[in-house]
Amino acid sequence: MDFTLILFFILAVTAIATALGLLVSRNAVYAALYLVLNFACVAVFYLLLGAPFIAMAQVTVYAGAIMVLFLFVIMLLGAEKLPKGEVLPWQRPLAVGAAALLLAEAGTLLIQRFQSAAILTDPGAVENTMDILRAMSGQLFTDYLLPFEVTSILLLVAMVGAIVLTQKEKGAQG
Amino acid sequence: MDLGGIPLTYYLVLSAALFTMGALGVLIRRNALIIFMSVELMLNSANLAFVAFARSFELTTGQPVFTGQLFVFFVMTVAAAEVAVGLALIVAIFRTKHSIDVDQMSSLKG
Repeated sequence: MDFTLILFFILAVTAIATALGLLVSRNAVYAALYLVLNFACVAVFYLLLGAPFIAMAQVTVYAGAIMVLFLFVIMLLGAEKLPKGEVLPWQRPLAVGAAALLLAEAGTLLIQRFQSAAILTDPGAVENTMDILRAMSGQLFTDYLLPFEVTSILLLVAMVGAIVLTQKEKGAQG
Repeated sequence: MDLGGIPLTYYLVLSAALFTMGALGVLIRRNALIIFMSVELMLNSANLAFVAFARSFELTTGQPVFTGQLFVFFVMTVAAAEVAVGLALIVAIFRTKHSIDVDQMSSLKG
């Protein structure tokens, strides 16, 4: 049992526990905080997989910006908790059964297909992070320049859309 | 220093487990915000599988390949845009219905 494997199992258990916390927590604020911890665990996985830029983007964009937006909306609406009451009593057991089926299917397939798959070593301190970033941004701004520009337009559209959706109706005299 | 490694299968099984929990969250929760967070969890698990495969490909070819990582970068951007619009929709629905219970969002108008 080497160091990386122990680290992997600790992080994997934390990630799955926080995902379960998201599923069962009654309060939406707790759910959001569980999700932040889950994103942090996944960011460490990205570091182990030799993707430092993605790990930092995960922390700043996901755990930072997106989850702050979530917490802001939860507190703005004051909708931490919903009143109890089930409309469809058969839905929950059915959903759990379907999810168990999905997990069993995916697990069997993955284990069968990738039994002899590669062992992923982490880059450690061997690879220079700055070199990785330089090469990656070079590829982003040459081969993937068009998707990059399309993404910027998408973000602009999303920003305008969010403003239009949340602005108050002015009424007839507008 | 050789730190050993982790089989690709472990990452894939973890990713599948996280995805299943996200799907389960979408199915069993009634709070629209938590359903939305579960969607984020599913996107994130897919990203993890992407980066794991990218690393596997990189180790196979022996030179740095960034296609998988760049795809994850684009997925993150799209997720950010999706969250902005989705939360705006939830705020707009809350204004008219005074609730974010998805069971009450059953009518198309009003």
